[in-house]
Amino acid sequence: MSSRTSTVAHQFDDAEQQRNASTLGIWVFLVTEIMMFGGLFTAYVLYRSSYPEAFAAASHHLNATLGAANTIVLLSSSLSMALAVRASQVGSRWGTVAGLVVTIVLGCIFLGVKGYEYASKFEENLVPGPFFDLPGAEPQSELFFSLYFAMTGLHAVHMVIGVGVLATLVVMALRRRFDADYHNPVEIGGLYWHFVDIVWIYLFPLLYLLGRH
Amino acid sequence: MASHVTSRLVLFVIFFVLVGLTALTVWVAYQDLGSWNAPVAVAIATLKAMLVIVIFMEMRFGQPLTWFAGASGVLFLLLLIGMTMADAMSRGWLGVPGK
Repeated sequence: MSSRTSTVAHQFDDAEQQRNASTLGIWVFLVTEIMMFGGLFTAYVLYRSSYPEAFAAASHHLNATLGAANTIVLLSSSLSMALAVRASQVGSRWGTVAGLVVTIVLGCIFLGVKGYEYASKFEENLVPGPFFDLPGAEPQSELFFSLYFAMTGLHAVHMVIGVGVLATLVVMALRRRFDADYHNPVEIGGLYWHFVDIVWIYLFPLLYLLGRH
Repeated sequence: MASHVTSRLVLFVIFFVLVGLTALTVWVAYQDLGSWNAPVAVAIATLKAMLVIVIFMEMRFGQPLTWFAGASGVLFLLLLIGMTMADAMSRGWLGVPGK
């Protein structure tokens, strides 16, 4: 039995049909993800339009420099992920592993910076709750920070899961589970990672940069 | 099997375009465009998202059904935001209690 026939599950006619099915499957999952983040984005749009001054004032307490740096880190991780998928398509095992490891490292750097930002917010009493304290600001600024933690927190959870997915892919690649004919898991993991990147592409300007002018 | 492969050059060029658009987002956020700051920020983010989807996520090689699935997500997101805002913004139109 050749490696190609062994990697095509019996319900599929051929490898291409199997690949198309897995791509469609992850996209349907990503649509449910769009709707989950969509609820938070809807809350954000509604309350930002209701309390524009309070949101703009609260946004100034986020560190735009760190946010921009983290955006570059995440875009770099998308590049290394795309390079890993490319390597898997041409059957380069070490290229795949290298791309995935770089992506994991960049993902961890992002989470580290995020953790530092969260710690700063705790020190500055900007975490919603009984200790929230923003002198001279309207009360709705607390709502901004509730949305900030909910949106970036849900995003960070996705990053942690993504790092776990990529680590699994590294192990699979090292065990020679992929070749030029079969690398669907790498492509699907890549689509998930890029999606999480896209969520941050929207979060960065909406949370960090509003009311800067 | 016809697997499409994107060249490294294209991937790097798209990456640098994305970094450039990030710089543009930051720069434009400090310009006073009146009520246009938010729409411009969302427009740039959408352009970046489309580049990621079409190039990095290889949607340009995608099946029509995959396009359809992804577009349905965008459609329902716009419905969710659009109908919520239509409700919120039109509540004051009628001067009646319990609006």
